[in-house]
Amino acid sequence: MLRAQIYITLKRTVADPQGLTLKHALESLGYKDLADVRMGKLVVIKLNFQDKKRAQQQIDQMCKKLLANPIIEDYHFTIEEQ
Amino acid sequence: MKFGVVVFPGSNCDQDCFYVIKDVLKKPVRYIWHQDIDLDGLDCVILPGGFSYGDYLRTGAIARFSPLMKSIAGFTRKGGSVIGICNGFQILLEAGLLPGVMLRNRGLHFICRYVYIKTENNDTRFTGFYNAGQILKIPIAHNEGNYYIDASGLKELRDNNQIVFRYCSDSGEVSERFNPNGALDNIAGIINKKGNILGMMPHPERSSEKGLGSEDGYFIFKSVVNFLEKKRA
Repeated sequence: MLRAQIYITLKRTVADPQGLTLKHALESLGYKDLADVRMGKLVVIKLNFQDKKRAQQQIDQMCKKLLANPIIEDYHFTIEEQ
Repeated sequence: MKFGVVVFPGSNCDQDCFYVIKDVLKKPVRYIWHQDIDLDGLDCVILPGGFSYGDYLRTGAIARFSPLMKSIAGFTRKGGSVIGICNGFQILLEAGLLPGVMLRNRGLHFICRYVYIKTENNDTRFTGFYNAGQILKIPIAHNEGNYYIDASGLKELRDNNQIVFRYCSDSGEVSERFNPNGALDNIAGIINKKGNILGMMPHPERSSEKGLGSEDGYFIFKSVVNFLEKKRA
């Protein structure tokens, strides 16, 4: 079985109000040395096969078709054997 | 002429839209379940507001894959009229039937209140009853209404006069101060190039009777009726 972890984040050029709010909250906790905070999503998918190349192709398609919106989001993923 | 109101799991403005078409506008209307694909006999389809599929992943992202959305794409290619309101607008964006995308509101709050919007384009089948620049009082109710598109996309919208409504003051001043959610260029509603698909965040179905505080939204539906009747004549 293969396990894919897909990270979806807002593009640098897109404002991230959630990240900004977190930054303010962290600062109020005393962490004054923060340059930037960005928030994203993590999707974990388990695949019923072992072929890593096929997995990479499929996950990439999934990101393009559904998981990420290319106008505002970037994605990257890792695939590991389990 | 006949209207259709789409019902996704999680739609919650479908009954309001249905009511306005049937009892205020007094035109025939039927519900369309999201797994139906039959749009025969319909002239105008309304994608109502709500939280289709729980807003999972991104607003409108899952609704886009319902069987009905393929029919709607075909319906629009043949010139059928489509109005997407709030979540309906978000779905049209995710489906690529309108350009751009919605981000979370700038202030992260769900905003539910009356706003003023300016009619930037009254030369559409949805806005024919409004004067150029007319200011409308219509409520918004959303968490993701922060419209975004890249610079070239915005230029295209402007060049083709596709920006139909912009947030403004009660006297029509369009500025950041009167932008409730951070939407780029104060955009509240846009239309496709062909001119038969309107998407807007404010809720015209909630402002179609004087007794409810405003009937400014009513004339969106009335304009479509007028357009369809003229077309038929």
